Amino acid sequence: MFEYAPAPESRSVVDIKPSYGLFVDGTFVDPTDGGSFKSINPASEEVLAEIAEGGSQDVDRAVRAARKAYEQVWGPMPGRDRAKYLYRIARIIQERSRELAVLESLDNGKPIKESRDVDLPLVAAHFFYYAGWADKLGYAGFGPDPKPLGVAAQVIPWNFPLLMLAWKIAPALATGNTVVLKPAETTPLTALLFAEICQQADLPAGVVNIVTGAGETGRALVEHPGVDKIAFTGSTEVGRAIARAVAGSRKKLTLELGGKAANIVFDDAPVDQAVEGIVNGIFFNQGHVCCAGSRLLVQESVAETVLESLKRRMARLRVGDPLDKNTDIGAINSAAQLARIRELTDAGAAEGAQQWSPPCELPERGFWFAPTIFTGVTQAHRIAREEIFGPVLSVLTFRTPAEAVEKANNTPYGLSAGIWTEKGSRILWMADRLRAGVVWANTFNKFDPTSPFGGYKESGYGREGGRHGLEAYLNV
Amino acid sequence: MSERVAVRKTYKLFIGGKFPRSESGRSYLVQDSNVSLASRKDARDAVIAARAAVRGWAGATAYNRGQILYRVAEMLEGRREQFVALGVPGDEVDAATDRWVWYAGWSDKLPQVYGGANPVAGPYFNLSAPEPTGVVAVVAPEAPALLGLVSVIAPAIVSGNTVVVSASPAAPLAAVTLAEVLATSDLPGGVVNILTGRHAETVPTLAAHMDVNAIDLTGVTDPELAADLEVKAAENLKRVLRPADHDWSGDPGLGRMTWLLETKTVWHPKGV
Repeated sequence: MFEYAPAPESRSVVDIKPSYGLFVDGTFVDPTDGGSFKSINPASEEVLAEIAEGGSQDVDRAVRAARKAYEQVWGPMPGRDRAKYLYRIARIIQERSRELAVLESLDNGKPIKESRDVDLPLVAAHFFYYAGWADKLGYAGFGPDPKPLGVAAQVIPWNFPLLMLAWKIAPALATGNTVVLKPAETTPLTALLFAEICQQADLPAGVVNIVTGAGETGRALVEHPGVDKIAFTGSTEVGRAIARAVAGSRKKLTLELGGKAANIVFDDAPVDQAVEGIVNGIFFNQGHVCCAGSRLLVQESVAETVLESLKRRMARLRVGDPLDKNTDIGAINSAAQLARIRELTDAGAAEGAQQWSPPCELPERGFWFAPTIFTGVTQAHRIAREEIFGPVLSVLTFRTPAEAVEKANNTPYGLSAGIWTEKGSRILWMADRLRAGVVWANTFNKFDPTSPFGGYKESGYGREGGRHGLEAYLNV
Repeated sequence: MSERVAVRKTYKLFIGGKFPRSESGRSYLVQDSNVSLASRKDARDAVIAARAAVRGWAGATAYNRGQILYRVAEMLEGRREQFVALGVPGDEVDAATDRWVWYAGWSDKLPQVYGGANPVAGPYFNLSAPEPTGVVAVVAPEAPALLGLVSVIAPAIVSGNTVVVSASPAAPLAAVTLAEVLATSDLPGGVVNILTGRHAETVPTLAAHMDVNAIDLTGVTDPELAADLEVKAAENLKRVLRPADHDWSGDPGLGRMTWLLETKTVWHPKGV
């Protein structure tokens, strides 16, 4: 095992204020009927800032501001001008990307290597991509002059705070909607810095409103009669509740929910590449990824070889300080999520699967979970059925391609899947049969603003990204 | 000489390519005929038939599905007078026939219009293509009896979905007669299943059914029932098309096809 000297990224590029208000109508305001909560660094449990908690009156104020901006400024504005604001935002994100990356890692716990090299480039690219659509909507295949919906309520999760914000705000604004966005309560800081970026871009007041808070704030936003559109990314359970809440209304709904993706390794796959893909599939972002390859389906004849190689690779994963540039796996985002992971892994062990983790020294403070695999897993085990949303892989085996398809599809989810084989015709045969919105063949966890993302079945409906992503925000 | 005594038709359900009576043994009098009154069990049987038909129908080539939809138009054209005798205006039968022709041509064009290559920023092949969502429950509009029905069935099945339709309770004869057209058009059994009777009896079962992927509430006129059905549909996150006013004679657009599509995006690295 190599020894690595610490290589910490400096946090001095970020200036975190002691407290943050809500961003409504272009300015930061104190909540009128809400309280406050603290956002902490999950790697140290240190308090980062005091955050305003939006109450129902605050939500109402934000929705009104968004409505006014929609009717008076953003809706009537020519697409070419909306485009320029979005290009400005994309540029400012690129210019301030180091600052945003460090802040993201501090608030979320993800390795700086990832926030710097994956999240931030994708965030900027997403704004850049949708900026270009703003004055070309008539060519997008939704008729000559597709109309926006109005005010979009957007509720996003804590796993990719700024990237999910970009996926929500960029297409909404490009199509002429205004937004009220609620970031997750454990990761509000980059959204609040984004609010400052909107100010810096001179984005007209009320076009983007950020209301921080937890579930109750989100509920008030979703149920507000003044919103025309709801976009939610998060758990299937909450997605279901939102689908019920909007029943009988005119609100358009898109949902990006949970997953339990199969990562399928055939006997002819190059083992080293497949193992990299397995590791990237489940340990990227601590496994806090809705499309994570959390079920490894490995062909029986190579199971032993693949697992041996996988364990050897896992022993070289570096778990620790998210700001260290060598870190592969950062902190679990919250105490609650850590408890959820422990509950499910305990169930896995209790149900008879074999648990294995490499020897791994975890920091004393903060929330940590060592990369873990379970072997001897059956399809009936909870760890094969429920989304763990942590660095935990369940390993199952198969003999024939048809069995692999059956097992891969044996889940209420349908967000993503992976295939590893050298045989092209088998990839396409499998891809046709897998009920999943994204199929990665001989790769995994790749994202791009031009590539539509979203699920089948209980992983939700609607697509984000690409031309398809416009549809969620147009009256079509 | 006495006039010939006519042979009357028994109007039954259409499930899995067969014409069974309701398992409940019930019927109701409508349009001067006894028509099967479908039960919740019939609805569940229809879902089983529709699910069983998905693999073959979604797996058929687009060319094949297009040919079959065109064949439906041919059969409908030949039975024009039957529908006129049921009180469907001739113009409406013609429009319904033309609608089958229009949708038939979409089967092998929709994936080109609605999917395609995505220029990702990296050395990857990346292709998005639409696929059918699966089993679709459809509440047919009250009227027009034939054109309305065709306008909700054809866009659902052209892409490979299978449907369970609750026919207009007031005008079910056109629906059963359309089933006879479908049964003679090489359409595989189970792709279209038609229930006659009361929406309020069978549709809640379909809305709550865990093996149904989407529900079209077009024919639901009671807003409270529509909201209740949408709540039931949320249990397994069905795709929902809410009731709305329609001009069935206008250009149908793509919307009735695209809401029942799932976009699948496949990535593969490029390299030597």
